[in-house]
Amino acid sequence: MKKTDETRGLFTSKAKTLQLDMDRLFSLVDQCALLLEEAVKKYLQDKRDGFEEKTAEIDKMEHEADNLRRDIKHRLYAEMLIPDSRGDVLGLLETLDNVLDTTKHVTMSFSIERPDIYPFLKEDFLELTENCVKAVLELTLAVRAFFRELYRVTEHLDKVHFWEHEADVIEERLKRKAFTSDEIELFSKRVHMRYFAERISMVADEAEAVAERLAVYAIKRNM
Amino acid sequence: MPFAGLIFLTSGLYMGWSLGANDAANIFGTAVGTRMVSFRTAAIISAVFITIGAVISGAGAAKGLGALGAVNALPGSFVVSAAAATTVLWMTRAGLPVSTTQAIVGAIVGWNLFSGYPTDQEALTRIVGTWIYGPILGAAIAFALFFVVRFALNRLNIHLIRLDKYTRTALILAGVFGSYSLGANNMANVVGVFVPASPFVDLSVLGVTLTGTQQLFLIGGLATAVGVVTYSRRVMMTVGSALFKLSPVTAFVVIAATATVLFLFASEGLEAWLQGMGLPSFPLVPVSQSQAAVGAIIGVSLAKGGKNLNLTVLRNIVMGWIATPTSAAVLSYVALFFMQNVFMQQVYV
Repeated sequence: MKKTDETRGLFTSKAKTLQLDMDRLFSLVDQCALLLEEAVKKYLQDKRDGFEEKTAEIDKMEHEADNLRRDIKHRLYAEMLIPDSRGDVLGLLETLDNVLDTTKHVTMSFSIERPDIYPFLKEDFLELTENCVKAVLELTLAVRAFFRELYRVTEHLDKVHFWEHEADVIEERLKRKAFTSDEIELFSKRVHMRYFAERISMVADEAEAVAERLAVYAIKRNM
Repeated sequence: MPFAGLIFLTSGLYMGWSLGANDAANIFGTAVGTRMVSFRTAAIISAVFITIGAVISGAGAAKGLGALGAVNALPGSFVVSAAAATTVLWMTRAGLPVSTTQAIVGAIVGWNLFSGYPTDQEALTRIVGTWIYGPILGAAIAFALFFVVRFALNRLNIHLIRLDKYTRTALILAGVFGSYSLGANNMANVVGVFVPASPFVDLSVLGVTLTGTQQLFLIGGLATAVGVVTYSRRVMMTVGSALFKLSPVTAFVVIAATATVLFLFASEGLEAWLQGMGLPSFPLVPVSQSQAAVGAIIGVSLAKGGKNLNLTVLRNIVMGWIATPTSAAVLSYVALFFMQNVFMQQVYV
């Protein structure tokens, strides 16, 4: 919460502080997504130290985001703020947390299971991760717009759906390659490749789940 | 003031209580129901500003009502007010939309018929006309205000949390304006019939002179305050959570539009200014706050594309125009007969 504390002044209002904390939470989601891309890149390049470093960073940020979310939730109720859309905002923060959890889970799975990624699949794994990250980044733009520029929410949500679909296409391609290629001899290895493709793709799926909710919240918030 | 005078005022006090319990609740209903404003804040603002509006600006609409028929004996005023209050109670129990304005107008016409005084057709047309203009004007103002607010919100890009703060302030300010306008316009329904037979004399306290009429309006205001404190909470919760599903921002539009309608038909200053400019002015007569509010809600609904427009509401408004004054007139006539012939009280001079 370093960044928030720096921006908090003696005369900063409760509303302003809450606003800053929410912005910090969305920024943590962004950073976790970008770190995921870096982590997968390092893993595919066999730079294990760099990968573990990024994994630890994601873990730390996810923890910080958890605390921040709990604090925001508490303050929304304790200070009787936005009674009308409080439920929606809390729902949004909770599901946004699922994106972070899934991100953390992906890197943690890589770290624990250490899958052997076959060279002919590396490019697909990287592309899949990049598309998932794009979906998350577009999602946080939509979430920010929900709070400030409601009319822009839809255009960002459309992009979330686009990147999620792209991720699905790559996931399918990757799985087909894994199960048809002669380069992988053991069936268990094929299943392992499929598992990781699905794991990574789940990040985009979670982003899309948040997007679905956000679309409804945006209609409700519209005057 | 003789004790009998106080007894005869009780029906007016009941009307005041009813105004506080129901109409004041309409102002802050959504704000309190959605927990944007606490009941305590709403109650204090309503009580204070309704009373201020009544004392400062209540006389204008009372004159408009007086033109319809000047009930000139206190027992007569008691019966007229009681007949109106009973009609309001009955109609509310029957679940029909009711307006204190329409009830009091019907009751006065009943007194005119009983006493043989002619009903001023011009005054009657003016008042009945506002029952139609009131909701239409409410709808037009709300419709325009909706687009102004939406345009501003789209341009200013205010953060949801900050918007929440501004909305609370706006709801409180609109509530102040709404309470003042309600006191100024609708207090005539509460104490207007007592004005010609007012038992009060001018009173000077610390260099401030309160006329007999102003004292009457002050008492009406206090009765309303009691209505707000004792009963309006329940009504506010119903208004805020069950009847109209409005967001806090649209609630502000509805309250501001309703308050503007009531203000237009109550402000002597505005009337003088419009006349000074050679423009047509609004007649100073009591208008129905609840119907102006329904009009405003319809205005918002139309601005949103008219998807949720409930035509039964419109039908009920038109039914109210006929059913309420007719019932009050009949009741007033019968009660005046009993007051004169059974209780041997002079109900007109």
